[in-house]
Amino acid sequence: MEWIEKQRNVLDFTLSSILRRKSKNIALFVVFTAMVFLLASVLFFTGAIKKEASQLLRAAPEIVVQRMQAGRHTLMPLTAVDTISAIRGVSKVEGRLWGYYFDPVVGANYTLIAVKDALPGTMVIGNGISRARGLYKDDMMTFRTYLGDNTAFMVSEILSAESELVSSDLMLISEQDFRNLFGMKEGLVTDLSVTVKNSRELATIAQKIADILPDTRPIIRDEILRTYEGAFDWRSGIMVVLLSGSVLAFVIFAWDKGSGLSAEERREIGILKAIGWETSDVLLMKFWEGAVISLSSFLVGITLAYLHVFFASSVLFGPALKGWSVLYPHFRLTPAIDFYQVSALFILTVMPYITATILPSWRASTIDPDAIMRS
Amino acid sequence: MIRKSGAFILFLASCIVVFCFTLLHAYLLHDKSIDKIALSKGLVRDLALTDLCIFTEARYTRHPSMADLHTPFQDHPTAMEHFPSGSLLQPPAHLQSHGMD
Amino acid sequence: MIRLKDIQKTFNFGSSNEYSAVDGVSLTVEQGKITVFSGPSGSGKTTLLSMIGCMSRPTSGRIWLQDREITSLPERFLTHIRRQTFGFIFQQFNLVKGLSALENVILPALPGGENRKKLSESASKLFAIFNITERQDARVEWLSGGEQQRVAIARAMINDPEIIIADEPTAHLDTKLSREFIEIFSSLRDRGKTVIISSHDPVVCDSPIIDRVVSIRDGRLQ
Repeated sequence: MEWIEKQRNVLDFTLSSILRRKSKNIALFVVFTAMVFLLASVLFFTGAIKKEASQLLRAAPEIVVQRMQAGRHTLMPLTAVDTISAIRGVSKVEGRLWGYYFDPVVGANYTLIAVKDALPGTMVIGNGISRARGLYKDDMMTFRTYLGDNTAFMVSEILSAESELVSSDLMLISEQDFRNLFGMKEGLVTDLSVTVKNSRELATIAQKIADILPDTRPIIRDEILRTYEGAFDWRSGIMVVLLSGSVLAFVIFAWDKGSGLSAEERREIGILKAIGWETSDVLLMKFWEGAVISLSSFLVGITLAYLHVFFASSVLFGPALKGWSVLYPHFRLTPAIDFYQVSALFILTVMPYITATILPSWRASTIDPDAIMRS
Repeated sequence: MIRKSGAFILFLASCIVVFCFTLLHAYLLHDKSIDKIALSKGLVRDLALTDLCIFTEARYTRHPSMADLHTPFQDHPTAMEHFPSGSLLQPPAHLQSHGMD
Repeated sequence: MIRLKDIQKTFNFGSSNEYSAVDGVSLTVEQGKITVFSGPSGSGKTTLLSMIGCMSRPTSGRIWLQDREITSLPERFLTHIRRQTFGFIFQQFNLVKGLSALENVILPALPGGENRKKLSESASKLFAIFNITERQDARVEWLSGGEQQRVAIARAMINDPEIIIADEPTAHLDTKLSREFIEIFSSLRDRGKTVIISSHDPVVCDSPIIDRVVSIRDGRLQ
């Protein structure tokens, strides 16, 4: 009880001290909160994207086989289906027929995929396209074929908004329509998806495919998954680069505040020592001074970041994430909080701040109690 | 009149409570999101999808895992990007390792 | 009762500007009395006061507080004794600006872990004694010189110390306020407190209320 009372008494005094320099401390709180908010937003966003990717893409094809010609991705002859099927351990090989269509009306790229169960003349579109073009069920959309003439498809269905993270820009049409649109000959597909009997043999089978068909490039599902593990880490993330500027500014600010113990503060520490405070009491007071600012900023910042990313769909990152995308998917990420990251953020923001507050006072707090009498 | 330390502890406690609510929210939504994930996952399986639809402006940002070595990253895997979102995405790991040799 | 034996305090020991602020002082300060150390500035009276108040240690010699020898105690105990036994009043009062009078008064007791409510109550009693109850929530820089002086005394009293130490308390006060000050000290004595003052102010030294004046010059008793 006595210990708690002591903490509360010292905290009372600290708060009175903080309130005396209101504008300075409010500025500090705002800057600190903004920094935690930005860092935590980046962490939450990338963490959630990665988690969602790892869950969703577990259903991706086990192996995708692309054909390379003269250093470019090129069409795959269907004869390769038989060649690969003959490899021991392969259970299924299917051609994937997909590509991109640039829509000059809105300046957006769509991903077109040929599906078996689509009726010719109709298409299923992703929610993003529906939004960008204002297309709804039974509406028609005109495409320019490879020959330069127009052809139209009717929207038969719109993919659900919940699946937008994978389907926003998709257009599903029949195989015949796909070939007519792009002038792609029968017997050619974009690439192949391969299913194997035993997933432990994936690497061996991929190697065999590469050996038998030297002009192909197999991509294993693990590689797809790893692509997203590393996503946004690129160049340590442009965001972090941008943020480091503000982090630096904050460090300077905190340093200035912490180390520049004013004459006024020095005098106060002298008074406290003279009226019977121990060195440890003074340091306790300084600890609380750092803790009050940094703990409140941390908690407020991290909560705001959560709201920003998972309720407001990261609106502030929009400009950075959208880039040149006209067709930006609206997705609500499934909240995922990585405790490791949160504690790392805590350790990297709160701890240094408290240290920066206590350390400069160390010397001042070890002055002799009678210093104030001698001065 | 309430003590200053009392007011602060109250403030801090309410911050912690709100923060815990976000954790609870994340936890509850996690269960709720299973259906949503299952739906998208079904789509991924049926359509043999390989990538998330985050950046749609270029082939290699729309389907980074399918990108080939030279065209997407223009002249070099670490080249400055024509499309801004390219700078947020890393070239796939498999391109950086065995794709280079 | 405080007993000093052969107290010596040397500053900058061993260097060329070495000097003795206090040189061989032996003295007994009686309990429940007002004792004044008088002497010109630089005579060593403040140094003597700070050693009696456990703020600094003598270079040689011993000090007994009641029957306890305090010169050899470790720092922590010394601080403890200082907080329990002594109340300090400084030149210019050294109040902490920006805080209310009440917050200033309870300041010495905060690290003791005393209940805040009790502290406020004892502080209020002191404010009542010194007739400044209505000023207790005012910031100290808004107080008049006389009020500040009372707040400083109240702060010295908050831990209910046996001994009050005042270092040149009247140095910045006019005669009227200085007289009031001595009146307050006399009331403290009536409550059984021991008061030790360092001063070269004739208003203090020549006051009939003072029990004993100890003259100090060049670090020695006269």
